Amino acid sequence: MFSHTIFVFWPRCASPAERVRANNFDRTPAGHYAAGVRENLAKAFQLTNIQVFRHAAVPKSYTDRLGRKLFLALLTVQGLGAFALITVGVILKKFGAAHSVMQPRVRREINRAGVGLMPMFFFVALALGFLVIGQTVSALAKVGATEYLGSTMVIVIVRELGPLLTAMLVLARVGTANVIELGTARALGEVEALEALGIDPVHYLIVPRVIGMALGIFSLTIYLIIGALASGYLFAFLQNVPLTPGDYYRQIAEALNWLDFVLLALKTVAFGFFIAIVTCYHGLAQPLRLDDVSRVAVRAVTQGVVVCVLIDAVFIVLYLVT
Amino acid sequence: MNENSFIPAVVEMREATICTLRDSSLTVVENVNWSVSPAEFWVVAGQQQSGKSDLLMTAAGLLLPARGSCRVFGCETNAFGEAQLAERLRVGFVFAGGKLFSQLTVAENVALPLRYHQNLPVAELARVVEDLLEMLELTPFADTTPSNLSANWRQRAALARALILKPDLLLLDNPLGGLGARHRQWLLQFLDQLWHGHAWFGGQPLTLVAVTDDLRPWQHARRKFAVLHEKSFSVAGAWSDVASSASHAVKELLAEPAGATM
Repeated sequence: MFSHTIFVFWPRCASPAERVRANNFDRTPAGHYAAGVRENLAKAFQLTNIQVFRHAAVPKSYTDRLGRKLFLALLTVQGLGAFALITVGVILKKFGAAHSVMQPRVRREINRAGVGLMPMFFFVALALGFLVIGQTVSALAKVGATEYLGSTMVIVIVRELGPLLTAMLVLARVGTANVIELGTARALGEVEALEALGIDPVHYLIVPRVIGMALGIFSLTIYLIIGALASGYLFAFLQNVPLTPGDYYRQIAEALNWLDFVLLALKTVAFGFFIAIVTCYHGLAQPLRLDDVSRVAVRAVTQGVVVCVLIDAVFIVLYLVT
Repeated sequence: MNENSFIPAVVEMREATICTLRDSSLTVVENVNWSVSPAEFWVVAGQQQSGKSDLLMTAAGLLLPARGSCRVFGCETNAFGEAQLAERLRVGFVFAGGKLFSQLTVAENVALPLRYHQNLPVAELARVVEDLLEMLELTPFADTTPSNLSANWRQRAALARALILKPDLLLLDNPLGGLGARHRQWLLQFLDQLWHGHAWFGGQPLTLVAVTDDLRPWQHARRKFAVLHEKSFSVAGAWSDVASSASHAVKELLAEPAGATM
């Protein structure tokens, strides 16, 4: 039953039985699309995904190697897309279900990806303020360009550095833990045990992590930005920069507009959602042995960084367009 | 009972071909024709890697047959989905080694299915879990995590977790594997009690299927036996048929392992 949703992320040559196995997800329009892509790729290469990853010989020519890399990248994108759609489907469909089990799990994940990281983020905010903002304020004061301070701060800290740095730190601290925990659970057969108990592994294992990470990154970004702006002014004050606190915060407030708040919220939630999806996909949706877990954790972190940069690029375009 | 009355099989496989969970291209058992009726106790024996666990997972609906069909409580496992959750929860599964959730205590492991599927008040939930733990002599280990338990108690905790939802069919994957002599004896007696009607099930007899690689401890006149050998599934019959079988495969499963001491 629920194994069908797990095994659908495990693209292989689709036999009739496997097509039935993928039935739940394949009934949806997104499922039709994902199943079509999976089947066509498998037919084209006549190789199973596992064989591609583990047993296929390395091609001799550079063009074949490039093609192989491209093929693997396509499979990964397809798998991540299907996993993300299924997770969204489960969140919407089972919202509020089994709340006595799910609420503590969601709280635990919020604590792990948010509250538990507060001390580290306090330190990072201080460092960011001293290293970046303080120096920028000082440099602008030397050339008499303090009137550009607000817009510079908003672009550097609020739009770019705050969200991206938060996402990277949460990826490193919590994302890797996700891969290792889920990969170990998968390798030890705990996922099959959940299915045997009629518990949807996506609902029980993935949904709390996605919600926790999205809310965690959103909240931590806010705290990081506030902390960095405050500590940055402190650094500038210690350097005797002629700027009152009132002027400093008025400039920042004038440089901010409502779109910054909306896009900041969307961006941080997107970071959290996709970091959780990438790390959970690599931990849960791949058939793993215990000795695969560390290798997969490295791959998940790499892909997490790439996904964050891509999301950031999308939002840069949005900022420029608007 | 009326002769014409129809009692549906608990598990029914027709021409089922079963592949392994890890590799869907690797067939382990072919053309399984098998029917498990209510209140039967089946023991399916086979050597290591003969596909016993995969057969059991197919019977639970966790693995789909590559060919043929498998029906559980009259419901095709191919069609198992959210709508068939009630049928699905009538099957209890005890994995080899327990496969308990490592981050939860024994009591939390046992309570999880009940908490997830039935929104019971906390006091009632605690009472049900306490009763079950006491029945399986697990009360002293209620707050222990699985990694701090011996294999004997892990297996018992896994049994408790499978029984908490009061299933109608209990599937056990090599339940005696790695157990000490006292725990083996206790488990065999407890499974017999479940089969004949235990107070936990209101005296109703339970249907059981166990897979094993050693037939000797399972000797019982009324149990039914089947053997997996070289990708084929064959019903061996009652214990008397098993004991007198001329089949090499059955003799191997009855033989004492080399180097074993009694």
